[in-house]
Amino acid sequence: MAPVMDSDLVRQSAATLAAAMQAGEVTSVQVTEACLARIDTVDDKVHAFLHIDREAALATAADIDRRRAAGADLGPLAGVPLALKDVFTMRGVPTTCGSRILEGWLPPYDSTVVERLRKADVVILGKTNMDEFAMGSSTEHSAYGPTRNPWDLDRIPGGSGGGSSASLAAFEAPLAMGTDTGGSIRQPAAVTGTVGVKPTYGGVSRYGLVALASSLDQAGPCARTVLDAALLHQAIAGHDPRDSTSIDAPVPDVVAAARAGDVRGMRIGLVRELGGEGYQQGVRQRFDEAVSVLTDLGAEVVEVSCPHFEYALGAYYLILPAEASSNLARFDGMRYGLRAGDHEDASVEEVMSRTREAGFGAEVKRRIMLGTYSLSSGYYDAYYGQAQKVRTLIARDFTAAFEQVDVLISPTTPTTAFKLGEKLDDPLAMYLNDIATIPVNLAGNCAMSVPVGLSPDDGLPVGLQIMAPALGDDRLYRVGSALESALVDRWGHILSEEVPSL
Amino acid sequence: MSGSQTISRIPFEQALDAFEPVLGLETHVELGTASKMFCGCPTEFGGAPNTQVCPVCLGLPGSLPVVNAMAVESTIRMGLALHCDIASWCRFARKNYFYPDMPKDYQISQYDEPLCFDGYLDVVVATDDGPREFRVEIERVHMEEDTGKLTHTGGDTGRIHGADYSLVDYNRAGIPLIEIVTKPIVGAGALAPMVARAYVTELRDLMRSLGVSDVRMDQGSLRCDVNVSLAPAGEPWGTRSETKNVNSLRSVERAVRFEIERQAAVLSGGERVVQETRHFHEDTGETTPGRSKEHAEDYRYFPEPDLVPVAPSEAWIEELRATLPEVPSARRARLRDEWGISDLEMQTLVNAEALELVAATINAGVDQGAARKWWTGEFTRIANEQGVALEDLAVTPAHIARVEALIADGSLTDKLARSVFEGVLAGEGDVDEVISARGLVVVGDDSTLMAAIEQALADQPDVAEKIRGGKVQAAGAIVGAVMKATKGQADAAKVRTLLLAHLGVEE
Amino acid sequence: MAAITRAEVEHLARLARLELTEGEIDHYAEQLSAIVDAVTRVSEVAAEDIPPTSHPIPVTNTFRPDVARPGVDREEIAAAAPAWEDDRFRVPRILGES
Repeated sequence: MAPVMDSDLVRQSAATLAAAMQAGEVTSVQVTEACLARIDTVDDKVHAFLHIDREAALATAADIDRRRAAGADLGPLAGVPLALKDVFTMRGVPTTCGSRILEGWLPPYDSTVVERLRKADVVILGKTNMDEFAMGSSTEHSAYGPTRNPWDLDRIPGGSGGGSSASLAAFEAPLAMGTDTGGSIRQPAAVTGTVGVKPTYGGVSRYGLVALASSLDQAGPCARTVLDAALLHQAIAGHDPRDSTSIDAPVPDVVAAARAGDVRGMRIGLVRELGGEGYQQGVRQRFDEAVSVLTDLGAEVVEVSCPHFEYALGAYYLILPAEASSNLARFDGMRYGLRAGDHEDASVEEVMSRTREAGFGAEVKRRIMLGTYSLSSGYYDAYYGQAQKVRTLIARDFTAAFEQVDVLISPTTPTTAFKLGEKLDDPLAMYLNDIATIPVNLAGNCAMSVPVGLSPDDGLPVGLQIMAPALGDDRLYRVGSALESALVDRWGHILSEEVPSL
Repeated sequence: MSGSQTISRIPFEQALDAFEPVLGLETHVELGTASKMFCGCPTEFGGAPNTQVCPVCLGLPGSLPVVNAMAVESTIRMGLALHCDIASWCRFARKNYFYPDMPKDYQISQYDEPLCFDGYLDVVVATDDGPREFRVEIERVHMEEDTGKLTHTGGDTGRIHGADYSLVDYNRAGIPLIEIVTKPIVGAGALAPMVARAYVTELRDLMRSLGVSDVRMDQGSLRCDVNVSLAPAGEPWGTRSETKNVNSLRSVERAVRFEIERQAAVLSGGERVVQETRHFHEDTGETTPGRSKEHAEDYRYFPEPDLVPVAPSEAWIEELRATLPEVPSARRARLRDEWGISDLEMQTLVNAEALELVAATINAGVDQGAARKWWTGEFTRIANEQGVALEDLAVTPAHIARVEALIADGSLTDKLARSVFEGVLAGEGDVDEVISARGLVVVGDDSTLMAAIEQALADQPDVAEKIRGGKVQAAGAIVGAVMKATKGQADAAKVRTLLLAHLGVEE
Repeated sequence: MAAITRAEVEHLARLARLELTEGEIDHYAEQLSAIVDAVTRVSEVAAEDIPPTSHPIPVTNTFRPDVARPGVDREEIAAAAPAWEDDRFRVPRILGES
């Protein structure tokens, strides 16, 4: 394999870099330095990162190189750099969750995801920007300023994990970690032309993942290729006794599925209710083309109905805020983070209220109050209680659908990346971005977004969503990989290569 | 300090002429598990502040709870011992409210799905007409986590009112707390205060026999809130008050009594009883209103999403049922029969909180009469004088066994034994060490005693005459003089025998 | 229209410990009303006999053994605390008059 140049290093996939390092053609320090240099060059414009852990990353890389040189047998991602969404705790490293209320907070412990990344010898470059406490679809609700979409710096990179998706699209890192509660991995992947996966609920540990909605949150891999995502998925997934909701079962063999990438004989369901009515024309077009590709590859595509999906948005925006309002109560200025208004005579009630007023942004406050409302006495049955029942119906829709087909597909988002500021004044309009991604979070099964081209109407990336049953994560990679291969064959490169230079 | 104005009360008997009380008791039992309810932090009492904490019990962002298996096991056993049904499937719930002693600003508890429910506990109350049995019905037994400990600084009493700021220690946060709630206790009438006390006592003994907790009210591992309402006979139940800070069995009884008297005065004066939380004052036996809440709390309970349901299998429940120990009341009856003592004598032991100590002393080989005598006599007196619990005295059943053995072989008299125990209690060492250090040896050899007797007779010739003349009781003066001369170490009975023999007088 | 009133917003803000400005109260009342209107479509679904889902994946009885392990270093906890005194978190006075 020919040695790769510095400027090319950042454009390689994780799998390629890992192989090159394994073959001794390049060191982890070189790769890490290349990424750091790229970040120095472009992140002024993109603002994907909130914190760059430069020294620690280089020290980790050097240590990996040393061990490899000494003959140690290292894992398949050893030495590969990664961008970590700022919602994961990392000991001694600033973790803000995109909020002022945690400005300067240094956690005293590592999340399980970080522990596993360290064990896999992945080099964590730093923390990426996000909508505050993962509430949003555009990363505009970050208290530290928005991230910009590398495809068009006037546009949003998606949210809440816009920093992670942008870091991939801008070639600042080959791998990134995200979290997905209603689409926060998949929607940014779709609008930045990258790959993002929400694993089966319970598939990846939530210990150290600052909670938004406990029954919906899931950590997941983000990358530029399906195989890279699979390698990352394998490294982080699996049972964790510190997370009571984590599944005690073997991780589905996602890497093998990604390498196989064969959809012959598979039955694929098009969800009627997510069929694209009202979606952007260009999005629908690329989606339909991708469906043809799948058919050409030997899959059988049929239409399937999931009638309760139209209530998913409503159920979601009752359940999420309820759980979030409770999860965010701990941010009260007493033990860590911001404390405001602690003047001479202030009472604890006043200090708590002033701290939260000063520390939380508008979207967070909106959802906290919405959640408080939906749980409050007199309203519980009609709101939160009813939403949990609708959730059961949505799960049953999926179960019924998966009796007919192996996977379901839909466009990931109704539109391509919209302009910064366009939806800020209309919370409901912002919420509609998640209309296709939300059902999977409610039911707890898994889904992936893969890039299927640029929209003919604005030249911006379009994503296709694949949904599989709980613990059927391997099916995502099988279908995603098949589609990716066919499209890369057609284009001559992965979609990310077409991003304008920054 | 209690309020400066006097609180109106109507004397107890009079109150009960006009009204009938309804009681409710909520007790919290802190389990004696090695680790906390939802994390592995140690639970030892008295650790340096904030050294027994971790991300989970501090509620740090990203932390998650994991249920302690032993806590579930203990709760099921408690429920079974209270004749409860055990839920086949139940969940934890979040109770949401803000308070600085709660790291997450919600408490993980159980709401409408308690692990155990619908049980009972039978208690016996002594009345003038003999013992009366009451069945206290149990509404529920559920699991939750304890809060941190607040210390209020500034102000004058260390209570909240008037404090400038507070300090929080989270060592206690997350320790397993089991809440036991009774159904309303109706029909106790004038016996209400005693029924309340008997219930808490019996509950405590039951928990001890199960080995699930220390259940020390004085250390906070058993906490009791007392709910009382009054209504005229035959009318719907009145508004109840809740009284907290009830820290001893005696306080339970006093608090109930006071609330009945207070509420009777309120109602008799044509006023309405306020539904509120009150604070019991140990020093005055009164209750005063606690913090007034401007706005009613809305706890917004919902099922805890970070924990999965608890679904104990039938098999597991039966396994645990087999581990239940003998019920305290059955045990007391058995011991009473074994020891051959009366119900009243057994009750005396229970009231003196001496039953376990006496049983342990008997197990150590001491005769039951002697064991009871020491614990309910001498040691109860000393404990009361020192203001400590009987079980906290430094004297042990082993000490008593040794002393009794020495009395039996004549090495100690009863009087000397008291001096020995005095030394043991003062921390001077074990029985033999105290005897040696204080020189508490019975003076028993005949020649020494005779010498002392002759000396005493010489000193009191008129007494010698009286004894010879038939006034045998006058021998006491000589015996007393000999005891004094031997610093109490003579065997008084032997002195008397020798004296009378010497004088040629029969007993 | 669900119409969340000013008074309701004030009540929610108090329950949630948010010291909102006057302007915010009005603003949120309007926005929350619109959102609640949209989400309460869920009540259109007939669901009396449907069991609610609190956990998406049916796991039960996840426990850990009752074994103690050391806690976290107090220095790190103290370093993150907004106020610390006498080895404890210092918090403002409780029960102040608001």
